Amino acid sequence: METFLHQVVAGLATGGIYASVALALVMIYQATHHINFAQGELAMFATYICWSLINAGVPYWVAFFSTIAIAFCLGVLIERVIVRPVERAPVLTVVVVFLGLLFILNSMAGWIFTYTIKSFPSPFPKEPPFGLHIISSHELGAVGVTLVVLVLLFGFFRFTPLGLAMRAAAQNPDSSRLVGIRVGWMLALGWGLAAAIGSTAGMMVAPIVFLDPNMMSGILLYAFAAALVGGIDSPGGAVLGGFLVGVLENIVGAYLIGTELKLTVALVLIVGVLVVRPAGLFGKVIVTRV
Amino acid sequence: MNDLSTNRVPPVQVLLVALALLAACALPFFLSNYSTFQMTMVLVYAIALLGLNILTGYNGQISLGHGAFYAIGAYATAVLMDKFGWPYWATLPVAAAVCLVAGFLFGLPALRLEGPYLALATFALAVALPQLLKYKHLEEWTGGVQGIVITKPESPFATLFGQTMNGDRWLYLFTLAVTVVMFVIGWNLLRGRIGRALIAIRDQPVAASSMGIDNAMYKSLAFGVSAMFTGVAGALGAIAVAFVAPDSFTVFLSLSLMVGMVIGGLASISGAFFGALVVQFVPNVADHISKAAPGAIYGAMLILFMYVMPTGIVGAIRLGWGKLRRWRAGRPRA
Repeated sequence: METFLHQVVAGLATGGIYASVALALVMIYQATHHINFAQGELAMFATYICWSLINAGVPYWVAFFSTIAIAFCLGVLIERVIVRPVERAPVLTVVVVFLGLLFILNSMAGWIFTYTIKSFPSPFPKEPPFGLHIISSHELGAVGVTLVVLVLLFGFFRFTPLGLAMRAAAQNPDSSRLVGIRVGWMLALGWGLAAAIGSTAGMMVAPIVFLDPNMMSGILLYAFAAALVGGIDSPGGAVLGGFLVGVLENIVGAYLIGTELKLTVALVLIVGVLVVRPAGLFGKVIVTRV
Repeated sequence: MNDLSTNRVPPVQVLLVALALLAACALPFFLSNYSTFQMTMVLVYAIALLGLNILTGYNGQISLGHGAFYAIGAYATAVLMDKFGWPYWATLPVAAAVCLVAGFLFGLPALRLEGPYLALATFALAVALPQLLKYKHLEEWTGGVQGIVITKPESPFATLFGQTMNGDRWLYLFTLAVTVVMFVIGWNLLRGRIGRALIAIRDQPVAASSMGIDNAMYKSLAFGVSAMFTGVAGALGAIAVAFVAPDSFTVFLSLSLMVGMVIGGLASISGAFFGALVVQFVPNVADHISKAAPGAIYGAMLILFMYVMPTGIVGAIRLGWGKLRRWRAGRPRA
């Protein structure tokens, strides 16, 4: 029972990280209906920025928040410069451009920071919280960070005029443009927010998996699975999906198929959800008019 | 794509293909053994890229996981040679058949997926693939992490036309023969009724089905045939490298195939060769600069081509050729 509980709790902790990346994917999907294959690499690159800030002697939390700001700017920049020209292009073009981004970010990280695996500090204490033995402080902290991000985002979209404008731009770009919302900038902001959310995930997962240019490839896959399970157009669903996938991954890995096939769980989940219920748990069913 | 509208092939093209074929036959006798091996790999990638192009370029189904079918073909050949002692040439039809079935089966659920979703599912396949190949209950067959070492085939002739015929040269010519067969099959498939149906489904699925095209059938068939081509390439690649292991079939392979197809030219048959040259030689050359350079160059090329020349190298050549002809036609005759 103790080990089972431990597996569930550890699953929730990694699930929080999947949830953050899934949330970032959903942000971009909602605004542009594109699936961002470079989301993981974006988070990885941001984590490297945080690492070099910390190495330069900046205190952890200062580095943490500056990284979020830098990631935000990077996201906006990428949208304005690279994604904008292919906004209305066919799907294949967009996918190819995202793959190009993935290649470039990955090799830039390798070029600048080398391919050697680096350890990354955790801001949370070493000893387990409240004398509990089933969870480490870092895991608890990571879940906490995810929840804080979620609450902030919810507040932003629900209670601020800018959030409302962004939702409007995503839902009905033409009418939004007519009432004076600058739709193009709203999409760029969406990219910035997504990059910022992704960067928190990268900084939270790096102490667990260690920092190297390929650290996010598996995580991105789980985040895809999470976003699809929850419904690719539902932010709340993506977060719930993240936690679900995290727990499922751990339990299936521990009791059914062993750890070597964990990525296959994600593959099966992705294909399974797409085939059986493409809308996911909370997504809207897409109806196409012919 | 104008070669699809009419079944007559212009004589210039016939001449060009014949010349290229002649040059390809003579090539190994002017190259070192290592360069011959590299050219063999170019042919292998060309077959794989043609396979991917049938699916993605002609039929519009995006696959980021074709490395999986390459791997299945490679493993089918390696297992047959290693465990059952089959000769290398006999394994090719089996690898083709296995991949045809595997592709068809993967194509069935893929029918329900469109655009980015199919890309997502196949991307997941590519990322999860090495783990699947390492799976311990298959280890008896696949050799687990260690992979399988197979013996490189010897040449059946000591000399040919007075030239020495070593293993590398023989393998190149063997691969060239298979390549010709595969490209003739591909060309025949794509230039006629089936090719038009595939393109129609890509561009106007609703109109295509109202014209009586069985969309589901053609789409899963395209998946199967595409996987078969890539699987044959994988089998030839395994024979040429004489080694298969899970870590040679990472997501980088699948994405490289995508890069090769895009740069060579979407929906073009000859584009496969240009793409294959890029896939084989760009990483080779770029590796001398830095370990990160191949990825950076791939990425930059992908984005650049999408902006400037979405039809790839072949598109650029066609454009240039057309401009040249118009320029010559417009010039007053002296």
